[in-house]
Amino acid sequence: MNAIAPRAVAPVPPHARTYRYDAVDREFLAERIAEFEGQVQRRLAGELTEEEFKPLRLMNGLYLQLHAYMLRVAIPYGVLNAAQLRQLAYIARRWDRGFGHFTTRQNIQFNWTKLEDVPDMLRALAAVDMHAIQTSGNCIRNVTTDEYAGAAPDEVVDPRIYAEILRQWSTLHPEFTWLPRKFKIAITGAAEDRVALRLHDVGLEAKRNAAGEIGFAVHAGGGMGRTPLIATKLRDFLPEAELLGYLEAVLRSYNALGQRDNIYKARIKILVRDLGAEFAEMVEREYAAMPRDRFRLDPAIVAAIRQHFAPPPFLALNDVALPEAPEFRAWAARSVRPHRQPGYASVTISLKPIGGIPGDASAAQMEVVAGLAERFSFGEIRVSHVQNLVLPHVRQEDLPDLWEELRAAGLATPNIGLVSDIIACPGMDYCALATARSIPVAQRISERFADLDRQLDIGECFVNISGCINACGHHHVGHIGILGVDKRGEEVYQVTLGGAAGNDAALGELVGPAFSYDDIVDAIETILLTHVAHRLPGERFIDCYRRIGLAPFKEALYAAA
Amino acid sequence: MPLLEDGRLVDDAWVSVADDAVLPDSPAILSLARLRRDAAELASRRAPLGLVLPPEVAVAEIADLLPLLSLVALVLPKFRDGRAFTQARALREQHGFTGEIRATGHVIPDQYLALLRCGVSTVEVPAGADPAVWDAARRVIGIAYQRAVVPDSPLSLLRRKLEIA
Ligand code: HEM
Ligand code: SF4
Repeated sequence: MNAIAPRAVAPVPPHARTYRYDAVDREFLAERIAEFEGQVQRRLAGELTEEEFKPLRLMNGLYLQLHAYMLRVAIPYGVLNAAQLRQLAYIARRWDRGFGHFTTRQNIQFNWTKLEDVPDMLRALAAVDMHAIQTSGNCIRNVTTDEYAGAAPDEVVDPRIYAEILRQWSTLHPEFTWLPRKFKIAITGAAEDRVALRLHDVGLEAKRNAAGEIGFAVHAGGGMGRTPLIATKLRDFLPEAELLGYLEAVLRSYNALGQRDNIYKARIKILVRDLGAEFAEMVEREYAAMPRDRFRLDPAIVAAIRQHFAPPPFLALNDVALPEAPEFRAWAARSVRPHRQPGYASVTISLKPIGGIPGDASAAQMEVVAGLAERFSFGEIRVSHVQNLVLPHVRQEDLPDLWEELRAAGLATPNIGLVSDIIACPGMDYCALATARSIPVAQRISERFADLDRQLDIGECFVNISGCINACGHHHVGHIGILGVDKRGEEVYQVTLGGAAGNDAALGELVGPAFSYDDIVDAIETILLTHVAHRLPGERFIDCYRRIGLAPFKEALYAAA
Repeated sequence: MPLLEDGRLVDDAWVSVADDAVLPDSPAILSLARLRRDAAELASRRAPLGLVLPPEVAVAEIADLLPLLSLVALVLPKFRDGRAFTQARALREQHGFTGEIRATGHVIPDQYLALLRCGVSTVEVPAGADPAVWDAARRVIGIAYQRAVVPDSPLSLLRRKLEIA
């Protein structure tokens, strides 16, 4: 079963901005794989029941879907180096059907996994310092962060340092591995919230106080799913040294009191909602009673981890004017973002070709992106929470060459932030919990708006689709949210408007009765035409909606009937 | 039920005593209700006392009883119910309890190491359980990324090498 010789992997360039494993980290991964192999054997020998095995495999990222097992691999804080992306391509070819699916939580999923291949897949991941640990299960999940970390002009604190510290701290945490339910943490260090921190179990906002010291605003109890809630702020400025201790207090309060008899009420958000201000007081009491000194985050640890994320060797450049060629300009206007370093830019690579499956990438495309990252971006790639990829550090003068290469690989769809840049969960095509299809709805909407000029005219608009109430497709926070449900054996789609995930986080409002699978695309078009008819010059969909409210959309959708 | 300590089966000196049964002169484990009811007279008892702490009761609520106790039995109604991990850690870290902490109920070998790291000393295992499987399960991963209750030595940064008996 384990005849696979470890593949020779190119050494990681010293400046690739991800945490670099040492011998101890590698030994740990080898031990973890050995443990999982032993668990598979005990399951096969009947020593573990299926009920007992299930959470163990989930904590190693292995789901049972409709047609096959799915392996969900963590991409900590969304950062990959070129060698890692190539290895993901290799895994996709060798053990899957030549594809991988990037998710909103900075993971990649392989949808056609065979149980007996999993230990080899895990070893292939370990060869490039990757794993699938805690990508599922009732434990602390992969910590997510800003895809433009280390590049964004509005960044105050580099969140990757703390995301890595949290990754290590939460890995096989002895107390918090059997929580009432999953626990998701997001962290940002920028003024603009690009991680939906108010929709996480814990959302951290790294910042500096007047004295320049680093601390965190701590939000808790946000989430989507059946009961969407915006998080409550527990602390405005938690000093850096107290980060782990305070989080231990939050998790301990949750582990002791979270509901366990009803999975729909087991998330921390329900506890926070039901207890209100008392929850924050409880956490403070717990924290006060803890031996805090044991949990102090040593500045030496922070400094050592910070070294891994030192800036790449940027050249001293000036900003340059971009070529006028209209097609290039159209792409650059959507895909290129300003960088904190003069002469550089961040580039978003759309994984949303017209009519494609949002977030899917072929092995060949992954290899192309890995090569382009080496050529143009210090060997670094990011995975975004809207299921796209990012080359964080590209020289502005290289943008035309990069664009040509992306175009040749079918990776230059100029639709970032437009209606075809859709978030969609796997839905009925893969997911055992789905009540409706979501991928084909995304594909049909994308095809309806295939004309880029039309998309540009409509302007920025986020369309998010989930195939059931669990809300993996973030429908509650889409400017337009679509939720597929089953109504007496028929798939129907509920539409919400006005959701948002960032600093202005809001939950969408239901527009009215649901639409059939056949009618949903027309309904979306009607909504967008209504926006175009009512907007002020240059007004975005979300701003127009906030100004005019639900009524005009309702009328356009239902009055004719 | 067989009792596991340090990866080996050991004799169990304790007996569980029903609320209405006569208290023996040997180590006895009582319910919380009985311990509360009889606390005054139990204070003068010589033989060791133990308590079954239900998962929904916070350790802080029984802190006053801890001086009477040589054993606290925690309960996992289902192995997926992890409240006992938090209770064990609170007993050791917040309340300085040095007696035996026993994990009872539905526990699987894959939880053994984490229970030990949270401060549990013994586990009630199912009849016929093979202690070798339990012992192997706690040894397979020898590195930890965070502090806990058991002895360990820092490797560097956040990491620790576990020192398993
Ligand atoms: C095989 C497939 C999947 C299954 C069985 C699954 C299951 C679930 C369930 C049951 C929930 C609701 C949790 C709760 O309310 O307590 C949920 C939420 C969520 N899932 Fe998935 N999921 C799957 C795939 C995905 C994918 C592909 C993504 C990313 C694109 C994703 C991202 C999320 C997010 C962001 C949430 C909302 C988090 C929250 O509830 O606060 N999931 N998932
Ligand atoms: S939202 Fe529902 S259908 Fe979609 S992936 Fe999540 S659980 Fe599956």
